[in-house]
Amino acid sequence: MRILVCIKQVPDTTEVKLDPKTGTLIREGVPSIINPDDLAGLEEALKIKEQNDATITVITMGPPQAAEALREAYAMGADEVILLTDRAFAGADTWATSSALAGAIRTMDYDVIIAGRQAIDGDTAQVGPQIAEHLQIPSISYVEEIREVTDESMVVKRQFEDRFQTIRVKFPCLITTLGGMNEPRYMRISRVYDAYEDGVVQTITAGDLDVDPSNLGLKGSPTSVKKSFTKGAKTAGKVFDVDEKEGARIIRDALLERFIV
Amino acid sequence: MTDYKGVMVFVEQRDGHIQNVSLELLGKAGELAEDLGVDVSAVIVGKEVSKLADVLGHYGADHVYAVEDDRLEKYMTEPYVKGIVEVLKEEKPEIVLFGATSIGRDLAPRVSARVHTGLTADCTSLDIDEETRNLLMTRPAFGGNLMATIVCKEHRPQMSTVRPGVMQKIEPDESRKAELTVLPVDFTEADFNVEILSEEVEQKKKIKIEDANILVSAGRGIGSPEALPILEELAKVIEGEVSGSRATIDSGWLPKDHQVGQTGKTVRPGVYFAMGISGAIQHLAGMEESDFIIAVNKNAGAPIFQTADLGIVGDLHKVIPELTRLLEIEKEKKANL
Repeated sequence: MRILVCIKQVPDTTEVKLDPKTGTLIREGVPSIINPDDLAGLEEALKIKEQNDATITVITMGPPQAAEALREAYAMGADEVILLTDRAFAGADTWATSSALAGAIRTMDYDVIIAGRQAIDGDTAQVGPQIAEHLQIPSISYVEEIREVTDESMVVKRQFEDRFQTIRVKFPCLITTLGGMNEPRYMRISRVYDAYEDGVVQTITAGDLDVDPSNLGLKGSPTSVKKSFTKGAKTAGKVFDVDEKEGARIIRDALLERFIV
Repeated sequence: MTDYKGVMVFVEQRDGHIQNVSLELLGKAGELAEDLGVDVSAVIVGKEVSKLADVLGHYGADHVYAVEDDRLEKYMTEPYVKGIVEVLKEEKPEIVLFGATSIGRDLAPRVSARVHTGLTADCTSLDIDEETRNLLMTRPAFGGNLMATIVCKEHRPQMSTVRPGVMQKIEPDESRKAELTVLPVDFTEADFNVEILSEEVEQKKKIKIEDANILVSAGRGIGSPEALPILEELAKVIEGEVSGSRATIDSGWLPKDHQVGQTGKTVRPGVYFAMGISGAIQHLAGMEESDFIIAVNKNAGAPIFQTADLGIVGDLHKVIPELTRLLEIEKEKKANL
């Protein structure tokens, strides 16, 4: 079987800090990582490959430096890694991103596409289902477990807030995976060397895609950013450095004042 | 573009129960509709769901579109998408809102891709631009470090998802009536393109922290799970619930559905106690809209004190039991009145 894994290279947002003086983001020195939900998806693909005759192709869209994330995926055990990169893709919202990725995937053979549920730098959870929509295949999001894989279908456990469903879906299909469903493996040292060989990362540009150029990048994006801002720090409240008796009294009085007790 | 008129809410039901977030969205839709001078409509999909139309009227819907089929008893992506798209073609709303739940976030992307329009996820505020009548959709980005206002200028409808607990529902008015349309949709077997082998509702009673008016929230600073009982006692005396920051969930001290923050839940209780919570941006993103924030932390330099309305620099292991004791006295006083 053929598995396609979609990944995104993201800044490690847990490392991002605000400059307390200017209120702007400090982006310098923030490491880039493979998005955690995507890494879980890649691990699931590698687990399937251990049990079945499967090949894994990993695909990402991004600037040239996103090749680094693909080399990492290759070193973990992916068979083939593909980078979609072109200035024409720049400024894409989720609609245009999924349109480009679907355009590339349409030309490939696949049984199942695995994408992470959402990326930590955007948290939209939109690109996976939208790729499936462009390709007109079924999608199941929020997958927390792959229970069974056969030649023509898979059984997954789909998470909701208050329940879960066990679902069988026929190939071709797309699933989105949740970070934390597994422990992603480390890169294999021997493959790390191979990952830096020339030609490991295949590159696709806009001209290679089966997509109308008006559906790509900024101009293919229905949404646009009108403005962005850091949240202004609200005026700080009162802070008391007192003993516990006094501290508790202050809290009690504040609650009484507000008729909470 | 000018054919599109009105504000529509996708009303999510599970086992015939309308989800709270949908009522909250009807409240917001009412405000937007008033600014635009248009009506509020609701779309609901499922088995025998038209009977829910009355309640939707009470909460602000002028029109209700129901898509009904016995095969829609359990949530399934494709037939839901098809049903909603049929309603959009019929009603042509200029705005459609979805709850940012595991259903809304599954459904809305496919709907937006099918009708070729934009979708903005997890909005925390929605407003109308007076000049253009465009919907201004503001959402956190970059792990909550940045806010962005998004517009969808050339495509309709303008679509967005909103997290539970962010908007406020209106007081139900039982005299309000919604006009009901049951829209026939021609579902084929091919639309039911996956097979649900089983569905299990998790039995344990779920405490919904996003519905609580008072939250006593634990952070890494509580030190160990042994400190949880003192938080629980405080929560009990003020009739609140216990929640926690990511650190307490990752350490296994509290269950995942008690997590407040960027990767957990967004809450806006009347009172939020941040107990031993340092106040990482990801945590603030989930609770800073609370009406009154009280922080107790040993570290005077903790960022939470920048956000808190009231801060006590001190050892929570001592402050909390003392506070609980004082509040018990108040409670007794009240009971004796």
